[in-house]
Amino acid sequence: MKKLLIPALLSALIVGCSSTPVDETSGAPVESRSGSGVTPVTAGGLDSRGLPRELTDPKSVLSQRSIYFDLDKYEVKDEYRDLVGAHAKYLVANRGFKMLIQGNTDERGSREYNLSLGQKRSDAVKRSLIMLGAKEDQVESVSLGEEKPKNAGHDEAAWADNRRADMLYKAPDGRGEF
Amino acid sequence: MPQIFHKILLVLSLMAATLAQAQLSIEITGAGANRIPVAIANFTGDAAAAQVVTSTVRADLERSGLFKLVDPGGATLDENAQINFGDWKGRGADALAAGSLARGGDGRMEARFRLYDTQKQVALGGAVFVTGNDQLRAAGHRIADYIYEKLTGEKGVFSTRIAYVVKTGGQFRLHIADADGQGAATALSSSEPIISPVWSPDGSKLAYVSFEKKKPVIYVHSLASGQRQVVANFKGSNSAPAWSPDGRRLAIVLSKDGNSQIYLVNADGTGVQRLTQSAGIDTEPRYSADGGTIYFTSDRGGSPQIYRMGANGGDAQRVTFDGSYNVSPRPSADGKSLAFITRRDGRFQLAVMDLASKQVQVLTDSHKDESPSFAPNSRMILIATEIGGRGVLSAVSSDGRIKQRLSISAGDVREPAWGPFIQ
Repeated sequence: MKKLLIPALLSALIVGCSSTPVDETSGAPVESRSGSGVTPVTAGGLDSRGLPRELTDPKSVLSQRSIYFDLDKYEVKDEYRDLVGAHAKYLVANRGFKMLIQGNTDERGSREYNLSLGQKRSDAVKRSLIMLGAKEDQVESVSLGEEKPKNAGHDEAAWADNRRADMLYKAPDGRGEF
Repeated sequence: MPQIFHKILLVLSLMAATLAQAQLSIEITGAGANRIPVAIANFTGDAAAAQVVTSTVRADLERSGLFKLVDPGGATLDENAQINFGDWKGRGADALAAGSLARGGDGRMEARFRLYDTQKQVALGGAVFVTGNDQLRAAGHRIADYIYEKLTGEKGVFSTRIAYVVKTGGQFRLHIADADGQGAATALSSSEPIISPVWSPDGSKLAYVSFEKKKPVIYVHSLASGQRQVVANFKGSNSAPAWSPDGRRLAIVLSKDGNSQIYLVNADGTGVQRLTQSAGIDTEPRYSADGGTIYFTSDRGGSPQIYRMGANGGDAQRVTFDGSYNVSPRPSADGKSLAFITRRDGRFQLAVMDLASKQVQVLTDSHKDESPSFAPNSRMILIATEIGGRGVLSAVSSDGRIKQRLSISAGDVREPAWGPFIQ
């Protein structure tokens, strides 16, 4: 019991204290350990859902799918260069895979301007991926504006969480977005 | 037969109950400085019907912030009654309305009234409105519009309608209601967001953006038939529709060619043509009332600001200069002013620019104003704002003096759009 609780508490602390964006992976281990305590493994580099473990394993860099932006900005910051590079590399090596990028904004200001701003953010990520070798028809960029906040809060931390572009994969067999 | 009648009654009362929950409630939080004292006598005839009409008239005038209602002291007067002007002057009323409700030959109600100037001791005019029993409030709004226009010289907006979006849990509903928030009806329900509703100039249709196809798509929706037509569903985002004053075209925003840029499209979705060519974001187009100018938001200068250009595109001139965030331009119908949202010290507030002097006045002290919408008489501006973490609508007079709040108990209210004059 103790062994299960400690990592869960640690993760909760990390999430709770952080005012900077937290990527989704910090939450994932809690989930997989809280059940039977056993993570099922399928041979052949696929996870239990038959998806590439490279993309879904929380330990893999490719499981990180979110890029965060500054207020009013749509430039991809330097700190995300490696992450975008890793995804571009995957798309180059796996031409059958497609990606949907959803741009988001915080709740403040004009809904319509935010829709355009979210589009600029997803476009910026798309442009970086294409510059690094991804094909135009592999990557689609859309905007959700401020309409689908991941963090429903109304403070600086929530707004930082929501100024974000998410990269979602679609498998060659059409399965997605994951 | 009686059974059927009872069933209809039951259905009607059930409908009334559901409507009551979805009703906007209005709270007046400010009033004009010089209010005209006016008395509305009780109308003669069918007492229940007369009560609906007179209470509607009184509530409309009171809510406008421009009138002070004088207690008629129980006086019941029809439109032909002898008026003791001295008595009404003594009560402090500068104007008096008297009238009657009578059932016409076809079973419909006729509301007649006459308006008097108690100072000059003359009748200012009168009218008769014929209406069904269920439309008594509409007759009251018409009478209030008449009184408003006679006494202020401007057209009243009590008979107009408003549209807005209510979010309850994960459900989005596009509502149409009378300008006083009563009689709300749902035009569209969706589990995906609905934004940016705008009325066609004739008031029969709404254009809006719905995310029901998992991305923003522009629809035109005929209110009477419920018929909906996709006007723009291109790759990327389709958003920010604005009707041309003749109702034949829409200025819209598409990201199909890269950035969000402004395009024109016929109201049936044909004839798409690009209007702006910038490297940044161009969005939120709105026509001036004369149709010659399009105001829009652009970040071409480094921060979102309001610009204007000719209705066929071409060179744009910057309109706003103060601050780093000025968005959502809405020119008034009288062509004199421009309402917009400005960010000051991190707060988003409603501002109005006098287009002749370029003078800007911030009208609210709130922190999250959005989506301004002028009343068709240019006197009031409806906005979405937030109070206590909940979305509410607020109506603010263009001089900032009169404020009303419209809220709904069950959800967040946002994206208001004030409809045109009833034709």
